[in-house]
Amino acid sequence: MPEEAQEQWRNAYERAAQRSVPFTTMSGIPLQPVYGPSDGEFPGVYPYTRGPHASMYRTRLWTMRMFAGFGTAPATNQRFREIIRSGGTGLSTAFDMPTLLGLDSDDPMSLGEVGRCGVAIDSLADMRDLFAGIDLSTITTSMTINSPAAVMLALFVAQAEESGIARRQLGGTLQNDILKEYQAQKEFVFPPRQSMRLVRDTMKFTTAEMPKWNSISVSGYHIREAGSTAAEELAFTLANGFAYVELARNAGLKVDDFAPRLSFFFNAHIDFFEEIAKYRAARRIWARWMREHYHATDERSWQLRFHTQTAGVSLTAQQPEINIARTAIEALAGVLGGTQSLHTNSMDEAMALPTEKAARIALRTQQVIAYETNVTHVADPLGGSYFVEALTDEMERRAEELFAEIMEFGGGSMLEGCIAGIEDNWFQGKIADSAYDLERAFNRGDRIVVGVNDFTDGDEQIDLLRITNADEAAQRERLAGTRRNRNEAAAVEALSELGRVAADAEANVMPALIAASRASATVGEMMGTMAGVFGRHVEVPSL
Amino acid sequence: MTTRVLVAKVGLDGHDRGIKVVARILRDAGMEVVYTGLFQTPDTVAVAAIHEDVDVVGLSMLSGAHMTLAPAVVEALRVRGSDIPVVVGGIVPHADLADLATAGVAGILGPGASDTEIVATILSAVRPE
Repeated sequence: MPEEAQEQWRNAYERAAQRSVPFTTMSGIPLQPVYGPSDGEFPGVYPYTRGPHASMYRTRLWTMRMFAGFGTAPATNQRFREIIRSGGTGLSTAFDMPTLLGLDSDDPMSLGEVGRCGVAIDSLADMRDLFAGIDLSTITTSMTINSPAAVMLALFVAQAEESGIARRQLGGTLQNDILKEYQAQKEFVFPPRQSMRLVRDTMKFTTAEMPKWNSISVSGYHIREAGSTAAEELAFTLANGFAYVELARNAGLKVDDFAPRLSFFFNAHIDFFEEIAKYRAARRIWARWMREHYHATDERSWQLRFHTQTAGVSLTAQQPEINIARTAIEALAGVLGGTQSLHTNSMDEAMALPTEKAARIALRTQQVIAYETNVTHVADPLGGSYFVEALTDEMERRAEELFAEIMEFGGGSMLEGCIAGIEDNWFQGKIADSAYDLERAFNRGDRIVVGVNDFTDGDEQIDLLRITNADEAAQRERLAGTRRNRNEAAAVEALSELGRVAADAEANVMPALIAASRASATVGEMMGTMAGVFGRHVEVPSL
Repeated sequence: MTTRVLVAKVGLDGHDRGIKVVARILRDAGMEVVYTGLFQTPDTVAVAAIHEDVDVVGLSMLSGAHMTLAPAVVEALRVRGSDIPVVVGGIVPHADLADLATAGVAGILGPGASDTEIVATILSAVRPE
């Protein structure tokens, strides 16, 4: 029945709540919730090319989730409160390099890095200060953490429960996407298979005990930032997503029990239509593979939901105010592509972490799109464009070609294919090749970057955020206080229990990590204990 | 004589797009390039530079730790009696340029540097006019 999709869409649309705004143009022309032929594709209907939900932004705008973190936990807590005051609707935590690598602030390797590009979290005391005065039962929190994701989840649960919020009530997202760390972002600690065991443990734990929590944010953002093309970002991200599906199934979970809590994270780069086609193709591919290949039957398992961040690599240090325009265009691509959540970069981020003013302008950019432009009234407004539909099909075709290669590495398994591709430096090589191709295009002048290789007059500097060494000293002092004031015997016992659990491949580390968090064991101690069992990963350098 | 370059990631920053692109640009310009891999310390970089007998060290930095780590690499070379020049590339705010020069950094390449600028900066660090 050709009109079945339309009927399905209409039923879902009529059931959905509506925001109380007039759905008209500025001049008063009434707008339909979606346009297209009655026998075409519809939002909220398989394969979801046109959006995961029938009513899209008519029901709920995307979450304006600004990524923030610097210095000590109290400093970042102030920035979080400023974001909420300014109308931000979600929080997203940036951790510093030592935390991302599971090192304490007083580790010799942490010298000069503490609080520099994110907030330093060493123990439960820091996690308490990070979310002090913020109601975690109403605002969702995303944590950009991967190698120590299980540790950070344990600390988060421990501090929330201490303040009276049960783990079942906690809504948010753990990035927890370790595969892309080996492929692109390179903040890894343990070898790939041992890391995947921790991903398995967090998936089992959140599936059983945290029904509102997204266990993984499968992230293409970093793959793109590292230099991939849009099609590679799409393909590698979804391949990683399928790998996590296989991992959880191998661990005995039923696909419909965990797949609805997988979320995605894509880049919004400057090539406007290619990005929109990428998001549309992502939804269609995910739906088809989840239904046909992994036999999911719950439609929520088919619906790809994603967060978007505008492209950090598109920002220029030259004439930095132009970055406001770039970010606005990229953010609009994310919205027209149907994102569920959005971070907009600040104009100063090619040079430093953003100032409060720059971050506010970036948030205001989203608010202009959300409240002034009326682009939110109609779902998938570019659906049906000959160009956008053809580009969507082409993105899908290119992704399928790459899936076939990865599946071949894995002998029919995407999980094994992703690990083999990492061990052979295949992903890393592809990404580096694409980065170099783009660089050559800039240097030849085939691609113009305004203010960099053309239109270079008028380069003026702006005020930047300065993070001083005082933050590093303050954090080391806080950590020394934690070590002084804790019950040492309890911390030691909790860590040795963690070591025992880690050594049992069938056991789940989460309860032991939560117990160690409560005993004020540090991030470095918990990660060090697990590294004693799992070993550490060393990448073979390749150019 | 072929210019030999050691490119290095020092500290905890894993962002390696820049260093890989720069390494290929230098190779295309006819230089020999050695890459240390990730997570090096100032001491391991100095030891590798001396062992590989390079003409110049290029550090790629994004994480904001350049004010601590770049001078430490220069110092680690000098205490070993080496005068190999050090060039820094990456996310370096303007306010830090003078201090890095004072600390003995021979050249700085910021975001958006072209292939021509990269090659010229490396060559002038090796053979100052």
